[in-house]
Amino acid sequence: MSTALTKGTKMTTNSNIAKIGGTTSIKSYREALNDAIREEMRRDPTVIVLGEEVSGGAGCDGQDDAYGGVFGVTKGLMPEFGRERVIDTPISEAAIIGAAAGAANNGLRPIAELMFFDFIGVSFDQIFNQAAKFRYMFGGKSKTPMVIRGTVGAGWRAGAQHSSMLHSIVTHIAGLKVVMPSNAYDAKGLMVQAIRDEDPVIFLEHKVMYNNECEVPDEQYAIPFGEAAFPRQGKDVTIVAISNMVTHAIAAADILAEEGITCDVIDPRTVSPLDDEAILESVEVTGRLVVVDEGNPRCGLASDIAGIVAEKGFYSLKAPIRTVTAPHTPVPFAPALEDAYVPNVDKVLAAVRDVLGA
Amino acid sequence: MPYHEDFLLRAYRSMKTIREFEERCIKEFMGGNVPGFVHASNGQEAIAVAACIDLSNSDIIGSTHRGHGHCIAKGCDVGDMMKEIMGRSSGLCKGKGGSMHIADIDKGMLGANAIVGGGPPLVNGAALAAKTLGTNHVAVSFNGDGSANQGTTMEAMNMAAVLQLPHIFIYENNGYAEGTSANYGLGCDSLTDRNAGFGMPAECVDGNDFFATYEAIKVATQRARDGGGPTSIEAKCVRFDGHFIGDPQLYRGENEVKNARKDQDCLKIFRDRVIKEGWLKAAAMNAIDKEIALEIEKAVEDGLAAPHPDPATDLMSDVYCSY
Ligand SMILES: Cc1ncc(C[n+]2csc(CCOP(=O)(O)OP(=O)(O)O)c2C)c(N)n1
Ligand SMILES: [Mg+2]
Repeated sequence: MSTALTKGTKMTTNSNIAKIGGTTSIKSYREALNDAIREEMRRDPTVIVLGEEVSGGAGCDGQDDAYGGVFGVTKGLMPEFGRERVIDTPISEAAIIGAAAGAANNGLRPIAELMFFDFIGVSFDQIFNQAAKFRYMFGGKSKTPMVIRGTVGAGWRAGAQHSSMLHSIVTHIAGLKVVMPSNAYDAKGLMVQAIRDEDPVIFLEHKVMYNNECEVPDEQYAIPFGEAAFPRQGKDVTIVAISNMVTHAIAAADILAEEGITCDVIDPRTVSPLDDEAILESVEVTGRLVVVDEGNPRCGLASDIAGIVAEKGFYSLKAPIRTVTAPHTPVPFAPALEDAYVPNVDKVLAAVRDVLGA
Repeated sequence: MPYHEDFLLRAYRSMKTIREFEERCIKEFMGGNVPGFVHASNGQEAIAVAACIDLSNSDIIGSTHRGHGHCIAKGCDVGDMMKEIMGRSSGLCKGKGGSMHIADIDKGMLGANAIVGGGPPLVNGAALAAKTLGTNHVAVSFNGDGSANQGTTMEAMNMAAVLQLPHIFIYENNGYAEGTSANYGLGCDSLTDRNAGFGMPAECVDGNDFFATYEAIKVATQRARDGGGPTSIEAKCVRFDGHFIGDPQLYRGENEVKNARKDQDCLKIFRDRVIKEGWLKAAAMNAIDKEIALEIEKAVEDGLAAPHPDPATDLMSDVYCSY
C-alpha cells in the first residue's frame, strides 16, 4: 500500500494542457518550479530570490551554488542571475520576510524562501501583522507582490519541527493567498501566477513530491488562483484533497472505479482563495463528501470545507460529511508512528465506503 | 599536576564516546538504520565536554540540531540515545523526538532543537528559574555561528544581560552554517566583539583545545553561580562531516576536511598533550577505547533489536498532561 514516502509518482496528464498547446516535457515538481522562477526572472528584472542556502556556498572555498535551496528548487539561478538577485541570507527569518515585504512595497517582486515552512514561527509577525495587512490598513493604497515559499508535510522522518502543514494557520489570515500544488503542472502555472500576483502569496510545496513527474508545457503559463482541478470525475462521492493528499485521493478513486464506484476528485490547488463553487456543484450531484487533509483536525482546512458544504450545500447531502486528517498531535519522528499519522489510501477508502454506507 | 587523573579520564572517555557514537551514527545512517535528518558533531567534542564536565543534573543545558555530543557530555545513556535516534519506543523520548529533538530532562538536558535559535530563550528561562529559586544552578546554551544571527538568540542575550541571568552562551564556531561560511553570515569581523556589545564578558577560545576551552568556561560558570550574570564564549572548531549526514559538502575547499582531521583533531590534541605532560598513560586511554567500542557496539545491537512504537497506544499519548 502507498506510504507517505511515495516518490517519483507519475501523475496522469492534466487535461488543461490541451488549452495551452505548444511542446511539453516530462518534468518533476522541483524542475517545474525552477522553470517557473527562472523564466519569470528572465522576463522581469524586479523578481529576486532571497533566503538561506537559496544558492549556497556563500563565502566558502568550494563550489558556488552548492545547494540551490536545500531541495534544489532554486539550483542554477544564482549562476544565471548573480548574487544580486539570488541572495543567500544569514539565518534570520524575520529579517528575510520583512525585507521581502518592504522590497515588495518598493518596486521589487521578491520570492522569499523559508526553507521548511515550520520556520514561519520566527518570522510570523512580519507575515501576518505586516505583509498581510498593509493593503487593508492603508486603505487600498499599497501593494505587496511577494511570494513566500516553504516546504511542508510529513513523510521524511524529519520530526516535529520540520514536518508540519500549517496551511490552515495562514489560510485563516485575511490578506494572504495560499497555494498548494499537487503536481508539477500545477506547480509551474501556480508559481508563475504567484510571482505575477499583486498580493502576498504563501506557496507551499510538499516535500515528498519534489521528484513526482508529469507532462508540463515548455512555455510559461499562469494558472489563475481560486480555480479547482478535477483529476478524476465521477458521480457517487466527492473527494476534496489538497497537496500530497491528492495523490492518495486519486489512488483511492482508481481502486473504487474498479468496483463500479466513481469519485469526483477535486483539487482546489489554492486554499485561499478557495473554489467553493466547484465543491458545492460536485456535492449537488454526488450528495456525499469526503475531505482529505494532512493538517491537524481542529480549525483545519478539512473542517473549513466541511463547514462550507454543511452551510451552503446541506440539502444536497445524502450522508454525513467525513474528514480524513492527521490526528491532533505533533508529527512523530518514529517511522512506525509517522506512517500512522499521515492519511493514506486506506483511510480515504474507508471514509468513502463510510459515506456510501457500504 | 593541574588536573586530577580521574577528571582527565572522565574528559577523555566522554570525548571519545562522542566520537565513536557519531562515527557509528554516520555508518548506521548510511546503512539505512537511522531515519530522518541527522547532524553529527564529530570534531567538536572538546567543547561539549569542557562545558558539561563540571555540571550536575540540576544545571541545565539547551542544545541545537547538532546535539548528540551535548547529550553524551551531559551524561545521557548512549544506549537510550541510539534507540531514540533509531525511532524505538524505549528511546530517550520514546521514539517521538529523534536526533533533532533528543532530550533527557532528568539529566538537565533540555533538548536538541531543530529550530535555529530556538534554544537560547528557553535556556534563559532555566537560568531565570535558578536565579528566582535561589538554587545556585547555572544554565548553558549551545549555539552555532549561524544561530548567532537569529533574532531570538540576540534577544535572549540582551535579556540575559539585563536580568543578569546565570546563562553561559557557548558558540561553537565551526566556520559554517549549512553551506554558508560563518564570515559571510556575520556583518562584523568578530562574533565575540559583537557579543561583548550585549553587555557581558565575551571570550574567544580554541575549541580544539579542551584545556583552553575548559578554563574559560570554568571561569564563566563560577561567575554565573556567584551571581555575576551571563558570559559569551566563542569556541572555534571544525565540523568533520557534512552539515547533515549525506551532505556532499561541495562548498568546502579541496583538502579542508582532510587537513583538519590531521591537524585540528581535538581528541588527538588532548591525547598528545596529556601524554607529553605525563598526566595520563596511553595504556589507560587505550583501555577506555576498548570499553567504548563495546559500549557503542551494544548500543547499536540493542537499538536494532528494540521494539518500534505501537501506533495504537503511542501515537495519541503525551500530547497533554491531561485533556
Ligand atoms: C529557524 C530555522 N532556520 C533555518 C533552519 C535550517 N538550518 C538548520 S541548521 C542550520 C545552520 C546552522 O548553523 P550553525 O548555527 O552554525 O550550526 P551548525 O550547523 O554549524 O552546528 C540551518 C540554516 C532551522 N533549522 N531553523
Ligand atoms: Mg556552524
